[in-house]
Amino acid sequence: MGKHIKTINTNSLAATIKTGGCGECQTSCQSACKTSCTVGNQVCAKEEK
Amino acid sequence: MLHKFEIDKTKLVLDVHSGALHQVDDLSWHLLDHYQQKSKTQLITEYSVAYNQAEIEEALVEIEQLTAQGLLFSVDPVDEQYDMDQVFSGDVVKALCLHVAHDCNLRCKYCFAGQGPFGGDRSLMSLETGCQAIDFLLKQSDRRRHIEVDFFGGEPLLNFAVVKQLVTYSRKKAALFGKKIKFTLTTNALLLDESTAQYLLDNAISVVLSLDGRPAIHDKMRPAGRGAGSYRQVLKNIKRLVAKNPPGGYYVRGTYTRHNLDFSKDIMHMIDQGLVDISVEPVVAQPEAEYALRLEDAEILKQEYRYLVKKVLEMITAGRRINFFHFNVDLEAGPCLAKRLSGCGAGHEYLAVTPAGYLYPCHQFVGHSQFQLGHVSSNELNQNIRQQFKRAHLYNKPACRQCWAKYYCSGGCNANAYAFNGDLLQPYQLECMLTQARLECALYLKCVFEK
Repeated sequence: MGKHIKTINTNSLAATIKTGGCGECQTSCQSACKTSCTVGNQVCAKEEK
Repeated sequence: MLHKFEIDKTKLVLDVHSGALHQVDDLSWHLLDHYQQKSKTQLITEYSVAYNQAEIEEALVEIEQLTAQGLLFSVDPVDEQYDMDQVFSGDVVKALCLHVAHDCNLRCKYCFAGQGPFGGDRSLMSLETGCQAIDFLLKQSDRRRHIEVDFFGGEPLLNFAVVKQLVTYSRKKAALFGKKIKFTLTTNALLLDESTAQYLLDNAISVVLSLDGRPAIHDKMRPAGRGAGSYRQVLKNIKRLVAKNPPGGYYVRGTYTRHNLDFSKDIMHMIDQGLVDISVEPVVAQPEAEYALRLEDAEILKQEYRYLVKKVLEMITAGRRINFFHFNVDLEAGPCLAKRLSGCGAGHEYLAVTPAGYLYPCHQFVGHSQFQLGHVSSNELNQNIRQQFKRAHLYNKPACRQCWAKYYCSGGCNANAYAFNGDLLQPYQLECMLTQARLECALYLKCVFEK
């Protein structure tokens, strides 16, 4: 952790290129919104497989 | 690409393409603006007027290290190495929105369903059609294990007997196919009596419960058939269900309009009623509607989200449990890049089914005959429409490619884009602005709680 920059999360989206894409996650519009496309707050469902 | 923003004197920098979030001091905040354009010597000379040289050198080392780790100034992974065709190659349907009732017992003024029938006749889905829809989903979901059904309307509790039979049928069939099926029911809660609530609890069905907030706000926009307010009955029913901690989870889902630009008061009202899981959305309306939000409201609404995030933070710090849907962001275990590109999947992974069994890209397209994809009795889908929606991903939307929020909204709602701009590839500008505003709040909360 730097003195000038505090990094909150270190995992990179780019790394999910190789591991992602299983499609098991919830459809984003179904859970609570029904009028917006909010993907960022979803949880990956891959571990539940 | 970096996005810098400041909330409550906290300076934050999102490295868009890696998703890394950083809290920075004043010096780094300034250095990041010119780091890629100027040499170290130039930066030291320039900033030595205001900062100590050793401090500048330290900050530059930190920036250099984070850049080397791919957490600052990371390159766009899609342009560099991603195979877009692979992401969108599958023909899998994994979620259905079942319109079990094109009828409603409320007459909400902003209803996109034309107060129930979506511009058609008032009708209920038969058990036979519902079973066909489930069979269609089980087959079309191919190898996907997790599938979803949302019982929607109009008001689905007007056809609750069929809902219950469909749950039983789906569970039995899903087990045969080795699938895990998740049910959601989206209701105005007017008919959510004790026995109905008990059924939803017993069957771990997720519920989305419509409530707009303060009594006057709710009753103005969500009257019953004869104009009487629905707030009192709806709140009573919602509280009874929520008190039993629904095992499938719930969201109290409100809509704000131009009549309540101060919608944080409505959310605070919900919180005061003991409700925890809350989602409140901007209204989707034709521009001529008197309650429609306008572009000129964007700044007021942004400030409203900023005010709300401070209130939420205060309450959580004081020990209250509050979960505002749009202030959630999962930086550690969030969706993969493929999901962030494909978004909601409307029109290819996610479809809506009318009471008569016709398929549409999503609930908001129902009634637009040019978007009818097929019928649940057949496994043939209109591939032209499907391709149109597959292609409507964020990298085909010029406005999205350079937007810092692209991996969090996935290009926005295609139905909104079509409704406002007549083009799936042109996002609705106000939606973008509000999405950005609430995402900044979500990232800010994340940072504060990391402390």
